[in-house]
Amino acid sequence: MIAFLRRRPGLLPLLLLAPAIAWLVAFYVYPAIQMLQASLWSGTLESGFAFSWANAATYPAALDRYSDQFLRSILYAAVSTVVCLVLAFPLAYTIAYRAGRFRTLLLFIVIAPFFTSFLLRVLAWKTVLGDDGFLLGPLKSIGLLPEEFRVLATPIAVIFGISYNFFPFMVLPIYVSLEKIDRRLVEAAKDLYAGPVRAFQRITLPLALPGVFAGSLLVFIPAMGDFVNAELLGSVQTRLIGNVIQSRFLVNNDYPTAAALSFMLMAGILAAVFMYARVLGTDELESGIG
Amino acid sequence: MADVDVRLVNVTKKFGDQTAVDGITLDVSDGEFFTLLGPSGCGKTTTLRMIGGFEQPTSGLIELKGEDVTFLPAHERDVNTVFQSYALFPHLTIFENVAFGLRRSGIKGDEVTSRVGEALELVQLIGYEKRKPAQLSGGQAQRVALARALVNRPAVLLLDEPLGALDLKLRKQMGIELKRIQREVSITFIYVTHDQEEAMTMSDRIAVMNKGHYEQLAGPETLYERPTTRFVASFVGASNLLEGKIGSDGESWTVTLPSGDVVRAPKSLGDIGTGGAIGVRPEKLTLLEPGQESKGNRLDGTVVDTSYLGVLTQYTVEGAGGLRLLVSEQNVDRTTRSDTWRPGERVALTWKPEHGFVVGDSKSA
Repeated sequence: MIAFLRRRPGLLPLLLLAPAIAWLVAFYVYPAIQMLQASLWSGTLESGFAFSWANAATYPAALDRYSDQFLRSILYAAVSTVVCLVLAFPLAYTIAYRAGRFRTLLLFIVIAPFFTSFLLRVLAWKTVLGDDGFLLGPLKSIGLLPEEFRVLATPIAVIFGISYNFFPFMVLPIYVSLEKIDRRLVEAAKDLYAGPVRAFQRITLPLALPGVFAGSLLVFIPAMGDFVNAELLGSVQTRLIGNVIQSRFLVNNDYPTAAALSFMLMAGILAAVFMYARVLGTDELESGIG
Repeated sequence: MADVDVRLVNVTKKFGDQTAVDGITLDVSDGEFFTLLGPSGCGKTTTLRMIGGFEQPTSGLIELKGEDVTFLPAHERDVNTVFQSYALFPHLTIFENVAFGLRRSGIKGDEVTSRVGEALELVQLIGYEKRKPAQLSGGQAQRVALARALVNRPAVLLLDEPLGALDLKLRKQMGIELKRIQREVSITFIYVTHDQEEAMTMSDRIAVMNKGHYEQLAGPETLYERPTTRFVASFVGASNLLEGKIGSDGESWTVTLPSGDVVRAPKSLGDIGTGGAIGVRPEKLTLLEPGQESKGNRLDGTVVDTSYLGVLTQYTVEGAGGLRLLVSEQNVDRTTRSDTWRPGERVALTWKPEHGFVVGDSKSA
């Protein structure tokens, strides 16, 4: 084997990639093909499904019927991403530059919630944010909030849940890219007459962009597909495309619509990521890393 | 004497209970190439950083062109720095790196272009404007760092071991070029290095630093010919220090070595104090056959080591009482004496008393 590879050194990278490729083929490419097939089915679970290219009409029909949920998903995911970014950047900055010996501890605290199950965390927030939970209950009883005031089952609760759950995915990449920046560059900027604000604008921020980019993707993409937060913290008015896909698949057994929606979601995310990359500029990314 | 550009008065910097800089007072004149020379940890970089505004002194005063800048932040000082690792902005082109300071001081348009062009021409990097720092060699990056600082025409340019990361040959080349550039722009340079050769070849004046203060401040020639402390004598070039009982004999200091031999040096060379010594540089010593006559100081010994270095040969000679002396001899005599001295040969070492130097009481005790 080794002698064989010595004669053909070009095969080694392929060999190293093989496990990942096999994984992707088995758990991504094959299911995707199956889904594509399912999206072109017609019929019901009882009568059986039949494949036909003519069933491509499912796509526009599904898009038309669930456009509200689609748009809501995009909106909630975008707002959550911005919320995460606004909260995570100062935090990552503080951890990277000002935390001193507490750095490791703070990083640990950021990821600590991951040690409990995702579902449990969302359920916990459901209790915390409950109409008469220990957050709102006391405030209402002393009359600070009106009796009918609620957070749970509102868009705020869903966006809050999404932001909360994906927050570490924003903090960590930004922290890493900030931490990598040579502090002497900021000193050099100050030496060249840049005040603290200018130095941040011209040096720290552009060099941290790769982290902002990675963090935004890591939050936005799963947020687009989220259904747990909407299910547990939201209401019928906050249903996201993830909830529709989930119920089409598992409740209504409407496989074709669910599969078509999944495909369109995937395409939508790809398009959004592409646009984002164009706006932020891959050039910046490369130079920030290099 | 030209105007004073930078003045430090009793500047002290403490980090916790560590004293990095211990009461430095010095004046740097306009247009001077001034060097802070010393081993790592002597406080030279901290001193430079305080002049640049990156550190605040614990006590003392820093003046720039007569103005107190002790607590003025770095970006408000008319001083620019060439950093040890260059600290070029990786996301900006060479043009934008050099233009950074100009843009911050509100200069716009054509003037930026022409001044960046001038600066890049000065460091011979025309044509590199569009590259990124990662596409440059070490020497080129160093030049960009220099251009980025000089383009602002600061009153004072600070250089923190700017040649440290380059290989030996490039270092020598850049050293010569730095000196040329300094003459051309006639800006005051304050240069920090641990390399005494670099310091000697470029500087107008050198402050030799040790443990937070400077031991001697003088021109390169004076530092070499007349070092006044043991530390300077051994840090700048090689020295033989002759320690023993100090005495006085008319116009000369005398040191009686443990072996009983007496060496002399004229009192005009400096004050030997109560704990000083007489020193002599290796190349001032002449080796003679034991029988040959000589004037001046003379010690007998045996050659214990010979190393041939091309332009010169270095000998270690052991005298009475285990005293070891370093001697270097130019290799011009090979025509008259066909061979170098060999280990084991008995020799006499001689030198003129006025060729020695006198170090005083140790300051860093």
